[in-house]
Amino acid sequence: MVNLAVDINGYTLKNPVMTASGTFGFGEEYEDFIDIDALGGIVVKGTTREHREGNPYPRMAETPSGMLNAVGLQNKGVEHFASNIYPRIKHYDTGIFVNVSGSTIEDYVATAERINELDHIPGIELNISCPNVKEGGMSFGVHCPSAIAVTEAVRKVYKKHMMVKLSPNVTDVTDIAKGVEGAGADSVSLINTLLGMAIDAEKRKPLLSTITGGLSGPAVKPVALRMVWQVYNAVKVPVIGMGGIMNATDAIEFMLAGATAIQVGTGNFVDPTMTIKILDGIKDYMERHKINDVNELIGGMHV
Amino acid sequence: MKKHVELFKVTQNRRINAEYMILHVASENKLPEILPGQFVEIKVENGPNTFLRRPISIHEVDHDKNEIILLIQEVGEGTQLMAKLQPGDDLDMIYPLGNSFTTEGIKKAVLVGGGVGVAPMLILGRELKAKGVTPYFLLGARNSEILMDLDEYLKINEVGVTTEDGSQGIKGFVTDHSLLNEQLADMDMVYTCGPDPMMRAVAAKAKEAGVDCEVSLENMMACGFGACLCCVVDTLGGNKCTCTEGPVFNTKELKGW
Repeated sequence: MVNLAVDINGYTLKNPVMTASGTFGFGEEYEDFIDIDALGGIVVKGTTREHREGNPYPRMAETPSGMLNAVGLQNKGVEHFASNIYPRIKHYDTGIFVNVSGSTIEDYVATAERINELDHIPGIELNISCPNVKEGGMSFGVHCPSAIAVTEAVRKVYKKHMMVKLSPNVTDVTDIAKGVEGAGADSVSLINTLLGMAIDAEKRKPLLSTITGGLSGPAVKPVALRMVWQVYNAVKVPVIGMGGIMNATDAIEFMLAGATAIQVGTGNFVDPTMTIKILDGIKDYMERHKINDVNELIGGMHV
Repeated sequence: MKKHVELFKVTQNRRINAEYMILHVASENKLPEILPGQFVEIKVENGPNTFLRRPISIHEVDHDKNEIILLIQEVGEGTQLMAKLQPGDDLDMIYPLGNSFTTEGIKKAVLVGGGVGVAPMLILGRELKAKGVTPYFLLGARNSEILMDLDEYLKINEVGVTTEDGSQGIKGFVTDHSLLNEQLADMDMVYTCGPDPMMRAVAAKAKEAGVDCEVSLENMMACGFGACLCCVVDTLGGNKCTCTEGPVFNTKELKGW
């Protein structure tokens, strides 16, 4: 038997395959396709203090090897999550992380405090990198002082695992990573979407209602891999890698670059069983390479 | 209804005119119940420009052969690749997706399809007839060249036709036909699927006559099963997903219709 369990700073994931927020609903959307309990962890849809309707349609555009989205954190608010959704999903035998977002530090703190009360939620993913909301979201994550301020404020009230999701839309991602590590992050996850845009040349119009949106999918993978490697070399906390992962080879590349665990995002839309295929593929890879412990892969790139 | 992701086998891919083809795909398993208005999400292999699945409306279901039949219009790279599918080829589909047209409590209905939007009207017409409802088809096209073969529809009931150039049926738009004018007040429901301006014009006619109208929307979506939240439509109850809470909506629920 090979060991697939990984430790993210005191919390054990049964395997390194997680799902990325905003691509996996609350897990329930995938129950027809896969056994949720087989996953290492799931990060549920971005949650804010109050209900948010999100951005107007159109919210997506297909682009070469990827897509742009401008959903804008549509969700029914943390209280709705705690009272209505949490009771339905708390039985999952997997690490359920709630992606927490907000427009002000007070919003983040209030949301994290409420999530802290939920016994079957072992951690949050602090989203300081959503490019699709006008104020807040990414604005926290692209400047070191604000990234540190929001992380410190949430750290004071949130007692369990705090993962901080980093934006790639910065000059040096390691500055922000080191900043949030110092402010109390237990781990960092990256990358969130890259800011992009698409135009319909015939109509001379933007394809998204918000003009710009977040790029994801295989198109971003080389950028994500590079940033994971840079951050792995800059911080001591575990790195959770994501960005265009579509198969086990992609997942293993992220681990070799330094990721302790990985998140599958946009790939879930293309194949709702992708996470399970990746998990099986990682096992196959370990067998072929005679690796007994998946932890040997972390940062295992030979240079 | 449980959703499946499954590899189907192409059994037939028949071009019916310059723009449309009818694709038959078979399952090795017994097909589950599939309702009129539901759709599939097709994975089109190869090429950076066909990254996401393509949502396609279900045209017919053959439970004896375990076949799903799709009407496809060649519009972009994805549907061009589908046009090349040959019998024996695999096709990865997620199905059945979405809600369905309301068929309860209706005696007479008009089914308005424009362009490739006629796709769900055949399965709906069959279902209505089986339930004792009289379906009146009204099909619109730019010209007779790209109009559907009417045989299958005529087996169910009469078919009204409009073409923009007058090459078949009444010259003009579907809204110029008597089914959406003098005859409309007798109907209990108008079902429509097609280009957005056509559906809005049809819905306006129905509203004027005080008849309920259900539209099948084609909002762009990334997943098709309620995870991406990209395909939302603005309703009186807030943003709703076209893929899971639609694609069929009563226009009374929709803002701006």
